[in-house]
Amino acid sequence: MSPVGLLIVSHSVRLAEGVVELAEQMAPSVPLVAAGGTDDGGVGTSFEKVMKGIAEADQGAGVVVIADLGSAIMTAESVLEFLDDEQRSRVRLADAAIAEGAVAAAVAAESGAGLDAVVRAAEEAVPGAEPEEAPEVAEPSESAVLTLSNRTGLHARPAAVLAGRLSQLDAEVTINGVDAQSVMALMALGAKKGEQLVVEAWGAEAAKAVRLVREQVERGFGEV
Amino acid sequence: MGGVTVTALDAAWADRWLRECARVLAERREELIELDRAIGDGDHGENMDRGFRAVVAKLDEGPSESVAAALKLAAMTLMGKVGGAAGPLYGTAFLRASVAAGDRDKLDGPAVEAVLAAARDGIVARGKAEPGDKTMVDAWSPAVKAAATPADGEAALEAAASAAEAGAQATKPLVARKGRASYLGSRSVGHLDPGAISTAYILRAAVTAAVSEISAGDVE
Repeated sequence: MSPVGLLIVSHSVRLAEGVVELAEQMAPSVPLVAAGGTDDGGVGTSFEKVMKGIAEADQGAGVVVIADLGSAIMTAESVLEFLDDEQRSRVRLADAAIAEGAVAAAVAAESGAGLDAVVRAAEEAVPGAEPEEAPEVAEPSESAVLTLSNRTGLHARPAAVLAGRLSQLDAEVTINGVDAQSVMALMALGAKKGEQLVVEAWGAEAAKAVRLVREQVERGFGEV
Repeated sequence: MGGVTVTALDAAWADRWLRECARVLAERREELIELDRAIGDGDHGENMDRGFRAVVAKLDEGPSESVAAALKLAAMTLMGKVGGAAGPLYGTAFLRASVAAGDRDKLDGPAVEAVLAAARDGIVARGKAEPGDKTMVDAWSPAVKAAATPADGEAALEAAASAAEAGAQATKPLVARKGRASYLGSRSVGHLDPGAISTAYILRAAVTAAVSEISAGDVE
């Protein structure tokens, strides 16, 4: 099954294309479509571009739409009102920040997440938000202290790999206290080569989760 | 004997209404641009003019078969051709109005109210604005209220247009809470809302289309 697609709706042609460019680095197999500007490329949004964009991004698994300012959202909603019920059932409009949301959604889609999970990833990627406190629960069932050895540390691609794979496991995982299933939270750590990562996991697949992080860190995310 | 003839609010009226919208909005293009430049992005006049010119181009292909068909044609065209918030807002308004018009040959007083109420509800649903937010809802909302009283269609339209004009003027002292103008906060005070003004023009055009001046020579 092809991954969930993403449609980026912006008032600006270049902004929409730029967000797609940013997101596709992390998600090469996700259908990413830009619908920026009016029909003639001016500032504004186009009903027709959004309509076509949804059809293009929907390869069977549905589409998550992320829009910038209010009227882009209204245009997207109007298009939704026009779709037939069958197609509309596969389209979600995320209430998300356009750049952060698109990157997080693309990573989630790349890792095989379903429509609702991709929407959640987009909506939870809030710029400037404090990382959530790790839940005050019992001792983690699994933990490890690892040292980053790859040259660039925990930058975007490794963060995407970790968050994407961990989100498929039945486990709560934190790295240095932040949600390891959130690519934005991992990137925000800014962990560099030589730094230590404290990995803690809870849940049925906690051991598997810690093993996954250990393997990735030890092989330097394939960058060593 | 010269005078004023009130025409039936039928398909031909709906076509005349849309053409009159295009004429007035072309005439008011610069004014709406100036109003929008003060508190928005300055494109409202241009967008409305472009959108309704496209509507007229569609009407030139042939007369509408019903009021509902004319309103739907306007909805589809405005959605596609008007950039900015006005496209989906007016597009939704005309689309919901078209549904409310249903299969009626012509609109009477209660039907005018139903059509205007459906348009307003569509705008409220799409834009999430309430009365007092300094948006086109401040023209639509009193218009619907005013249309409830008169018995016949033309009087209902007249009451709605007058109430929309008053409502639009009353946006001047308000603080914008929706759309691009809301980023200005209190700096939006003292300016008319361009969407409320264009709404007033559109509703006045509906009256103009219903009332045709005829010369003495045309009367038996």
